[in-house]
Amino acid sequence: MNSRLNISLGRLRLQNPIIPASGTYGFGLEFAKLYDINCLGALCIKGTTVQPRYGNPSPRIAETEAGMLNSVGLQNPGVDKVTADILPRLRAVYHQPIVANISGFSIEEYVQLAKQMSDAEQVELIEVNISCPNVHNGGMAFGTDPSAAAEVTAAVKAVSDKPVFVKLSPNVTDITRIAIACEQAGADGLCLINTLLGMRIDLRTRKPVLANKYGGISGSCIFPLALRMVNQVSRVCQIPVIGCGGISTASDVIEMMMAGASAVEIGAANLTDPYVCMNIINELPQLMDKLGIDNLSDIIGITAR
Amino acid sequence: MQQLRFDISHNEPLTRDIFRMWLICRSEAGCRALKSVQAGQFANVSINGCFLRRPISICDIDDRRICFVYKVVGKGTAAMSEMKQGEELDILLPLGTGFNADNAGERPLLVGGGVGVPPLLLLARQLISAGKETTVVLGFNTKQDIILADEFRSMGCNLTIVTVDGSEGQKGFVTNALRLTDAGHNHTYYYACGPVAMLKALQKELGISGELSMEERMGCGFGVCMGCTCNTQDGARQVCTDGPVFDSRQLIL
Repeated sequence: MNSRLNISLGRLRLQNPIIPASGTYGFGLEFAKLYDINCLGALCIKGTTVQPRYGNPSPRIAETEAGMLNSVGLQNPGVDKVTADILPRLRAVYHQPIVANISGFSIEEYVQLAKQMSDAEQVELIEVNISCPNVHNGGMAFGTDPSAAAEVTAAVKAVSDKPVFVKLSPNVTDITRIAIACEQAGADGLCLINTLLGMRIDLRTRKPVLANKYGGISGSCIFPLALRMVNQVSRVCQIPVIGCGGISTASDVIEMMMAGASAVEIGAANLTDPYVCMNIINELPQLMDKLGIDNLSDIIGITAR
Repeated sequence: MQQLRFDISHNEPLTRDIFRMWLICRSEAGCRALKSVQAGQFANVSINGCFLRRPISICDIDDRRICFVYKVVGKGTAAMSEMKQGEELDILLPLGTGFNADNAGERPLLVGGGVGVPPLLLLARQLISAGKETTVVLGFNTKQDIILADEFRSMGCNLTIVTVDGSEGQKGFVTNALRLTDAGHNHTYYYACGPVAMLKALQKELGISGELSMEERMGCGFGVCMGCTCNTQDGARQVCTDGPVFDSRQLIL
């Protein structure tokens, strides 16, 4: 372990800032076959809902320059199965903090999910997803209105013993308004950004590539946009921010932290390079030497100051 | 699954839009991975200039080499078709659940449609070497689209070719041919890969158990993104890990 990589998210200490993002790492078990996933700072599990969900019709995946679109629609086995069957299997191979990403279709569902996940062993952080663009009547509906975002945040905060981070949508006019509303409602931190809503058309069939028509864009093409939003939010909020969106190299990590992120989530890059999180963790110390950085915690928001 | 590097040794057109690529493995770890390949499994190929890998079915293997027979359908496969001998590819393999040759019985039937034919070649080789009386029915649009017929024939399969326009073999779809030739064959089990309409027809018409290989757009290819879901009697399953090969009676098409 290299203490130069240590960072804090509020009262939670991580050995490094690298967290695989929800939906790109499953429940960690496939990656545990490839490398020792205990090298991670934390691990964010697949977004979990109260009821099991099949998700959207296929095709759910499309490609774009330097990125991809997905319209998975929160396919997951439901919170009971996740806490009873899957998390124990993860805990058998993984001993660092687990981030539980939760998605509700009502305030009551968010509250139930937060209670169950907050009670789950080794879950050290609740990530409240109010930004999934692929489901109707839920997800992003809470993330595009400051008062709805605040209401979810306060309700989850009231029942959770674990720190509550809210995952924000970039599909808004001014992300800082949502961020400030969540902070004022008691959020312990923020995570941004979720995917951007996009579309591709198959020129031969003249129909959308995705069966669900629209899907969330991720991958390196969204990095500058995510960086800008992290910078804007970290300038107006006091709570820690997890930067997410298009990060695929150690230098992206440094850049995102300079913009204001205390930790980062790696998303789509895990799908194309399954070893990317491990490689970034291994490469960070050397890159820090080259850039004259003693400790990663020194550079958080250095560009925003 | 392993991440391996292969060198292209051949890359040649078989038809106007289907190509065959042979690649040589450099490492001993890679050769061990090749030995573990099950017919019906696939590889996920990284292509310069494309964000996502391209899932390609494994057509054949030998001690050090792997063979892909792929159709040019978009940017990624078009780029593959232009690659030259000596170029290196980054490949994840073996991926997915393939055919279970143990289920074949004595007289297995293999049915392939178009670019669904390649993964059946390795299976046929296994079944023939296990002494099975192997019948293969392959369907194509037209004579110019026929691939791998000589390979199946020379290994000793009982081969029927079907073309939609009748330009070679029997005219129509594989199901027409099966109705004509199936009587008396008493097939013990079947394996199929091809368009969904073909799989659906086989599921409905063949009165025996079998296995169907599916195709879907994939994000990761190893079971984490939930991008390639299909519906089964047991609910949502991933084409990349639970499949691509499924029990024909489990799959809801």
